[in-house]
Amino acid sequence: MVEERFDAIVVGAGPSGNAAAYTMAKEGLKVLQLERGEYPGSKNVQGAILYADALEKLIPGFREDAPLERHIIEQRMWMLDDTSYTGVHYRSEDFNEERPNRYTIIRAQFDKWFSQKVREAGATVICETTVKELIRNTQGKVIGVLTDRDEGAVMADVVVLAEGVNGLVGQRAGLRDELKPDTVALAVKEMHFLPRETIEARFNLKGDEGAVIEAMGTVTSGMTGTAFLYTNQESISVGIGCLVSDFKESGEAPYALLEKFKAHPAIRPLLAGSEVKEYAAHLIPEGGYNAIPSLFGEGWVIVGDAGQFVNAAHREGSNLAMTTGRIAGETIVRLNRTRQEFSATNLALYKKRLEETFVLKDLKKYRKLPGFLHGNKKALFGLYPQLVSKAAQTWFRVDGTDKRSKEKEIMAAFRKSRGLGGLLGDAYRLARAWR
Amino acid sequence: MHIVVCIKQVPDSAQIRVHPVTNTIMRQGVPTIINPYDLFALEEALRLRDRLGGEVTVLTMGPPMAEDSLRKALTFGADRAVLLTDRFFAGSDTLATSYALSSAIKKIGETWGPVGIVFAGKQTIDGDTAQVGPGIATRMGFNQLTYVAAICDVDTEKGIVEVERRAEGGVQVLQTKLPVLITMLEGSNEMRRGSLTSALRAANAEITTWNAEAAGVPDVQSCGLRGSPTVVKRVFAPTPRAERAEEIGKPGMSFEELADAAMDEIFARHPTVEADLREFAAGQQEEWR
Repeated sequence: MVEERFDAIVVGAGPSGNAAAYTMAKEGLKVLQLERGEYPGSKNVQGAILYADALEKLIPGFREDAPLERHIIEQRMWMLDDTSYTGVHYRSEDFNEERPNRYTIIRAQFDKWFSQKVREAGATVICETTVKELIRNTQGKVIGVLTDRDEGAVMADVVVLAEGVNGLVGQRAGLRDELKPDTVALAVKEMHFLPRETIEARFNLKGDEGAVIEAMGTVTSGMTGTAFLYTNQESISVGIGCLVSDFKESGEAPYALLEKFKAHPAIRPLLAGSEVKEYAAHLIPEGGYNAIPSLFGEGWVIVGDAGQFVNAAHREGSNLAMTTGRIAGETIVRLNRTRQEFSATNLALYKKRLEETFVLKDLKKYRKLPGFLHGNKKALFGLYPQLVSKAAQTWFRVDGTDKRSKEKEIMAAFRKSRGLGGLLGDAYRLARAWR
Repeated sequence: MHIVVCIKQVPDSAQIRVHPVTNTIMRQGVPTIINPYDLFALEEALRLRDRLGGEVTVLTMGPPMAEDSLRKALTFGADRAVLLTDRFFAGSDTLATSYALSSAIKKIGETWGPVGIVFAGKQTIDGDTAQVGPGIATRMGFNQLTYVAAICDVDTEKGIVEVERRAEGGVQVLQTKLPVLITMLEGSNEMRRGSLTSALRAANAEITTWNAEAAGVPDVQSCGLRGSPTVVKRVFAPTPRAERAEEIGKPGMSFEELADAAMDEIFARHPTVEADLREFAAGQQEEWR
């Protein structure tokens, strides 16, 4: 056992763990952070988009030296069928503001930078060290962790589990259940390298402006999932993900789905001539509000992906991670300052504070959405994109047919494939899930 | 016994590429590692310390970022780390490097107690010269044992070390007197992981950082580029195999025809092969009879 004792141990050095460790170390707590990767970020995978707000609340001046790729000025939302897309694009000069709201980032670099800030704040960060289990006292209170190194036990007043989506430590300790296939998505992505001028020409960008595409439709073959394409400075991240249970049911391979997306006539020219340098895969917790495990107990709290803090509808995750990490950190600092016990009763403050933030408000708002998407996947990720595309094509094709007949034809196509009741039912259920 | 281990931070050669136009090594964004051969030296030093007592001091020369590799060495269990960094050292070849390192080892001996063994890796993976270790031994007047596969015995009372040295055609068992410089061969041991205590100590350790003056280097003119007579004349990448390959046979040929075409080509280029093969075949037939 290590003789040195800590105020808090943070398991994991992703956005949530870094936010927690940074918050506590900055306030003078003695913090130990343990990361299993070779360096912070080496094992962390994301699309990746950084939402400035959550990081600003931790490090207001992060723009000075954080490794940011492009700030996003254009958002494209695409509904795909096999040969077309129907889309909404939003592009605004207002996004070229002094302190932009969203950036593309490369996580291996960004997490390294974030971890450096954590170290500068005074935390001790140790990599290549896996936490195997939690150590409890005879009353069942968590008092430390056991790592895979020799003399690997180390004690602290409280343990922050920021171990990511596949939270094995929490699971082994019985704090949370095993991931269920229908509450977790498997996403794969590739990094395509291109000269920056090529990227800027293809997406109509200048300087550090960036564009992102979020797509859904027949590319996932009726499985619940979405695809994305993000512009970095000299590379494009392209990826796709679906619920694990859907992959299991369909027998489709994730890489084959990505190949299909890359070969789509709307995507292929954007990637033409690029060199693939990286292939990554990651699990994304998409169970929403109903899948959130217990978040605190005697001597422990859970933050980030480990707590299922992902808003799948809005593709938000790292901001929830940083916010939950920060609030867990602030709660621990407060208890430490007032010399209170790290009991479940006192740590309940963490969840109470989360309920006042967008984190639990948003997840609560969308709590019915995962079920809705999953329950209507064949229509949402197959039929509707096809119908919408067909409608648009009927509408825009000038072929001597009068407009009233075209309208009738479009309406008939919808009624025929889904029925009027089906259409109204879908609309009602979507509205309820969105409410 | 006080043991010094010389390590070098090198770019991870598995991830390095040569620029197709300029033929220079593209180091940008390539992660750095401890020269893999040095890890065998470090582990051997740690084992000796664990067995005989004493201390292990790790020494490196390089830019300030080389501190990372020293911290890693501390995680493995080294007791102390010294970083030799100064703009005077930039551009050193093996002559200038061994000069600077031997000065620093003398200073380490003066500061923390006389040095019995200096360890180094067999060679580095970026320079591949295998000259720095022997250079240090010569400059310090130490005996040297290179390409050591195993350390059989160290008798600190008599001041004698016995090792197995891999040599052409066999293994030499050599004995010599301390102090000695040993360069370790790959595969001679396996690096330990380092305990959590070491990892914690490494994370917060103060790394001793010396410039040329602090290391007691007598003559900075013998350091860095100025002290390096070696000149890199040209760097080039070998021709990729695919470009040297040529096609034999024609499309549509059967496997038998392709095999014949390949054999004809070999016989045409190496005229003695056919005769040798015939002779060999005749011999085989003779044996069977």
